Amino acid sequence: MSVLDPKVPLDDDGNEVAIQTMWEDHKFDMDLVNPANKRKFSVIVVGTGLAGASAAATMGELGYDVDAFTFHDSPRRAHSIAAQGGINAAKNYRGDGDSIFRLFYDTVKGGDFRSREANVYRLAQVSNDIIDQAAAQGVPFAREYGGMLANRSFGGAQVSRTFYARGQTGQQLLLGAYQALERQVAAGKVRTHTHKEMLDIVVVDGRARGIICRDLITGEITRHEANAVVLATGGYSNAFYLSTNAMACNATAIWRAHRRGAFFANACYTQIHPTAIPASDEFQSKLTLMSESLRNDGRIWVPTEVGDDRAPSDIPEDERDYYLERKYPSFGNLVPRDVASRNAKIVVDEGRGVGPLKNGVYLDFADAIERLGFDVVWDRYSNLFEMYERITGEDPTKRPMRIFPAPHYTMGGLWVDYHLMTTVDGLFAIGECNFSDHGANRLGASALMQGLADGYFVLPYTIGNFLADKLNEGEVGLDHDAFAAAEEVVTARTKKLLAIDGSRTVDHFHRELGKILWDYCGMARNEDGLVKALGEIPALREEFWADVKVPGSGATLNSSLEKAGRVADFLELGELMVRDALDRNESAGGHFREESQTDEGEAKRDDENYSYVSAWAWQGQGEAQELHKEPLAFRYVPPSQRSYK
Amino acid sequence: MATASPATTATPPPQAPGQVPWIVQLYGTALGKKYAMAISGILGLGYIVAHMVGNLKMYFGAESIDGYSEWLREGLLYPILPHTVMLWILRLGLIAALVVHVHAAYALTVMNRRARPTGYQSERHYVAADFASRTMRWTGVIVLLFIAFHLADLTWGVEAVNPAWEEGAAYANLVASLSRPPVAAFYLLANLALGLHIYHGIWSLFQTLGWNNRRFNSYRRSLAIGVTVVVIGGNLSFPIAVLTGVVG
Amino acid sequence: MNLTLQVWRQAGPDVPGSFATYEATDISADASFLEMLDLVNERLVLDGDEPIEFSHDCREGICGSCGVMINGVPHGPQRGTATCQLHMRTFADGDEIVIEPWRASGFPIVKDLVVDRSPFDEIIQAGGYVTVDTGQAQDANLTQIPKETADLAMDAAACIGCGACVAACPNGAAQLFTSAKLAHLNLLPQGDAERYERTESMVGVMESYFGSCTNMGECETACPKEISIDFIAMMNKDYVKAKFRNRRSA
Repeated sequence: MSVLDPKVPLDDDGNEVAIQTMWEDHKFDMDLVNPANKRKFSVIVVGTGLAGASAAATMGELGYDVDAFTFHDSPRRAHSIAAQGGINAAKNYRGDGDSIFRLFYDTVKGGDFRSREANVYRLAQVSNDIIDQAAAQGVPFAREYGGMLANRSFGGAQVSRTFYARGQTGQQLLLGAYQALERQVAAGKVRTHTHKEMLDIVVVDGRARGIICRDLITGEITRHEANAVVLATGGYSNAFYLSTNAMACNATAIWRAHRRGAFFANACYTQIHPTAIPASDEFQSKLTLMSESLRNDGRIWVPTEVGDDRAPSDIPEDERDYYLERKYPSFGNLVPRDVASRNAKIVVDEGRGVGPLKNGVYLDFADAIERLGFDVVWDRYSNLFEMYERITGEDPTKRPMRIFPAPHYTMGGLWVDYHLMTTVDGLFAIGECNFSDHGANRLGASALMQGLADGYFVLPYTIGNFLADKLNEGEVGLDHDAFAAAEEVVTARTKKLLAIDGSRTVDHFHRELGKILWDYCGMARNEDGLVKALGEIPALREEFWADVKVPGSGATLNSSLEKAGRVADFLELGELMVRDALDRNESAGGHFREESQTDEGEAKRDDENYSYVSAWAWQGQGEAQELHKEPLAFRYVPPSQRSYK
Repeated sequence: MATASPATTATPPPQAPGQVPWIVQLYGTALGKKYAMAISGILGLGYIVAHMVGNLKMYFGAESIDGYSEWLREGLLYPILPHTVMLWILRLGLIAALVVHVHAAYALTVMNRRARPTGYQSERHYVAADFASRTMRWTGVIVLLFIAFHLADLTWGVEAVNPAWEEGAAYANLVASLSRPPVAAFYLLANLALGLHIYHGIWSLFQTLGWNNRRFNSYRRSLAIGVTVVVIGGNLSFPIAVLTGVVG
Repeated sequence: MNLTLQVWRQAGPDVPGSFATYEATDISADASFLEMLDLVNERLVLDGDEPIEFSHDCREGICGSCGVMINGVPHGPQRGTATCQLHMRTFADGDEIVIEPWRASGFPIVKDLVVDRSPFDEIIQAGGYVTVDTGQAQDANLTQIPKETADLAMDAAACIGCGACVAACPNGAAQLFTSAKLAHLNLLPQGDAERYERTESMVGVMESYFGSCTNMGECETACPKEISIDFIAMMNKDYVKAKFRNRRSA
C-alpha cells in the first residue's frame, strides 16, 4: 500500500461512492467550523492569481483571518491575466447536448486518461457556479444581441461551452477575483503582502505552520505563521527559459514545498502550444501566443524541399507541403495541440523550417481571404493580425504568419488529494501549481476553470474540514526553532548566491537549462536523450553554483538575485522533469516517448503499465527522488486510444 | 455558505462631518471645484458673448452704443425693478462667478503641483495636450489682469488709467482709450489669451459636466472653435477699427 | 542597430537620481524594447555593474507591470502599445533614447525605473468591486445585458492599471484609471446597486493621491488600451449625482 491516500470519499464497504453525488454528499460529511470561530483560524495564501485571489477572497468572506502574499506590486499582475481564449462551463446554454458529464468525459479523455476521475467530475460540477459568480461580480462576458451570454467552441470540443470576454477572458476573471479580494482587504479580513516572495515553508512536527518570505524591495527576510498554508503559485513552463509564461513565473514556492516533504506529481506533463510566434534571435526573452482560433482558417505548410529560401509567395503550390492536411485528412489543420506541435517540430527538424532562423512553419490565410473575402477574415482575426504585425513587423494578410510551438502550461505539480492537500499536513496547493485535474494534457479554456474552481468552490470547504478539530491548538510562535531554521536556510542561500561572483549571468544558465529541456524533454522524448539530460543538468547546476554572477546586495531591489534563486530551483526541478519522463515509457498527452508510438507515428499509451500518477518524494540534496504511484481507475470513462486520422 | 458570512459592505465613511450643505461639501472636492469652474465659466462665457454683441453697436455710431449703455443701467427690467438694480444683480453674479472660478483654479493648481512635486527631468513630449489647454493658468491670469485694467479704464474711469473718461459717454471713452496704441496692444493680447482660454474652456466644460454623448461628441470641438472665432473676432475688430479710423 | 540610452538611475526612494548614458550596440530591430534593456543589463552585469531595474512581467501588454517614459512619452511613440510590446524597429540606428520613470507623488520611485503604484489598489479597495460573496450568485443568464452595454463595459474594463494615464497627465491626475473602473462596474446591472456609493468613495481616495483633470486628453493617447476619456465625463456626472444622493449620509 502506497503512502499516498487520495482521500476520495468511500462508502462503508470501502468502495467509491457514485461520482455524481460524491461532492454534494462529501460536503455534508465534512466537518464545519462555526462561523464565530472562523476568525480564530489564520490562513496564508501564496500567490494571487485566479486560484489564490479567489481562495483568499472567499475565505475572507467566510470569516477566516487571511494573509495573501504576492511578489508583484499588486495582486492584479498575476499571469492568469494573460489568458486569452475563455473558460469552459457545462451550462448547456446552447442546447447542444452539453452536460456536466460530458465536460467531465471530455476532460478525462482530453487528459489522455491520466487524471483522477473524482476530482475531474467535481471540476465539471462547479464549472457552472463559476460563470454565475463571475457574472455577478461584473465580469463583462461577451453577450448576444438578446442580452444572453455568448459562447464559442474551443479546442476541438464538439459542443459550444466556452465563455469569453473579448480576447481578455483571463484578465477579466482575474480582475473579478482581485476586486473581491480588495473588498476583503477593505473589510479587514484579508491582508495583502505585496513584493513578498515566499522562499520556504515552515513545517512543525509534520504540519505546515508558516512561510519565510523575502521582501523584494527592502530585502528583509520575514516569518509568517498560520494554521494552514495554501500555495497558488502557478506552473513551471519557464523551466524551458522560452515559454509563453510571464518573466517572473517560477517554481520556487512549490519546489521549496517539495523539499519540505510535498510530493511532486507528473513533472513531465508539459503542454506545448502549437501557435506561438517563433523566436527571432538568441536574446528573445519570451514567446507570445497567438490564439488557437487562427487554425480555423489558416493553412499550415512548409516548403517540400529542404533549404528552400524563396519568399513564400514565390513557392509554387506543388512545392508546398500542407503536412497536417496530408497526414490527417479528416481533422487537417484542426488536430489537437500536441499533434500539431509535434508535427511542426518534425518538419523543422528536417530542415524545412521557414523564417530567418528556419524555426517556424507558415500559417497561411491567402486561401481564406480568397474564399471569404478580406473583410470577413480581417473581422475575425484583426486583433491577432495587429498583434503579430506589432511583434514581427510583417503583415499576415500579405505574407503568411510564421508560427512554432511554445511551452505554456504544466499539468504536473504538487500532488494533492481530493481535498487539495499535499502530502504535508496543512499544506494545500490549488490552481496550476497542483497536478490535479488535467491528466497528461489540458484542454483549451480549462485552466481558468480549474483555478477558479479550486479557489472559489473547493478549497474553502475542504480547508474548513481540516481546521475544524484544531480550534485550541494554539500558536507555535515565530520564535520556534523551525522558523529560525527555515530562515537560516533562506538567508544562507541568499548570501551564497551573492558571494559566488562568477563570470556568467543568471540568464546564461537559464538559457542553457532551457536548451537541454527543450531538446531532450520537449515535444518528443527518448531514453537516450533523457539519460543524456540527466547527466547534463546536474553538471550545469554545479557550474551555476560555482560560476554565477549576481551583482548588488540583498538589502535592496535586486532582480538578478530574485532570478538567481528561481533558476537555482529550476535546475533541480528540470532534473525531476527528466527523471519522470524517463520513468514513463509510454506516450500520454503532452508526454511523447518516441519508443511508444503506433506504426503511423502517433502517441501510444500503455495503460497496463503506466495507469498511475507519478508522485516523487524528495530524498535530500543530490539524491534521486523516490517514486510513489497512485493507481488510476476509470469507472465512468473507459480508456480508449485517441485517433485524428 | 452565503448566509454564514458577515456583512462586509464597505460603505465609505462620511467625508465631511457635521451639517455642511452638500453643495459646499461638493465644492470641497476637486471634482466639485471643476464643476464650479464649468458653471462659472458658462456664466462668464455668456457675459463675454453678450458683451461682444453689445459692443458691435459702436459700428452704428455713438448714439447707438451710448443709448445701449444707458439702457443697461436704467432700462433693464425697469419698471419691475428700480433703475440699476438688475445691472447690479448681474454684476454681483459675475463677480461671484469670477471669484469662484479663480479660487477653484488656484486651489486645483496647488493640488496639481502637489501631485507631481518633482517634474520630469527630461523633455516632455505632448501628444494631445494642445497649447491652449496647457496654458489655461497663464491665459487666465492675463485675462484677469486685463479685466482689472478694462474696468478701471472704461467702467470706473480711474484718472491714472483713462484721463479722458467721462460719465455716460461710452463711445467717446472707448475711442479715446483704444486710440492709444499700448492700450490697443494690451487689448489685442488679452483677447488672444481669452480666445485660447475659452476655446479649451468650451470644449472642456462638456467633459467636466459630463455632457457626453457619442453622437454629439465630435461637434464639441467645432462648437468651441466656432464660438471662439466669432467672439474673439468681434472683440479684436474693435481696437483695429479705432486704430484704422473706421470708428472714431 | 546602435543606440545611445539616457537612463534614469536612482538607488532608492530617498536618494537623488540622475541620468546615466549607456551605449546599446548590436540591437536587433526585431527585439522588443525591454529585450533591448535586457541585453544592456546582461552586459552591465558582466562588467560587474548593477543592472537597470524596471518593472515588467507578462511582456504581452496585459499585466500592466511595465511602463516608462520613452523620449518624453509614456510607453513610447507607438499608440496603443505598452512598453513591452514596443519593438526596436520603431527607432532608427543611431537614435538617442531617454528613459525616465513615471513621476507623480502617488507613484514614488522605488529604484531606477520602478515606481510604487499601490494607490491604485487603494482606489479599488474604496469600492471597485461588486458586493457579492462566493456562492450568492444566481444563474448568470437571469440578468440580461444588452450587447452594447456589455461591450462598452468591456472597453472600460480593458484597463491594465499600468499608470500611464497618471504619468502622461500634466496634472498627475488618475481620472482615466478611476473612471474606467467606475464605468466598467457602473454600466452593468450587477454594479448598479452600489453605483453612487462607489463613485463617491473611489473619487475620494483618488483625490487624496492624485491631481485634478483639466481635460487635456493626454491620458487617452498614452493609454496602451486606448481607453476613452468619455468615461471621465461619465464619472464627473455620476459624482455630482452621488454627492446629491448621498447628502443625507454626510
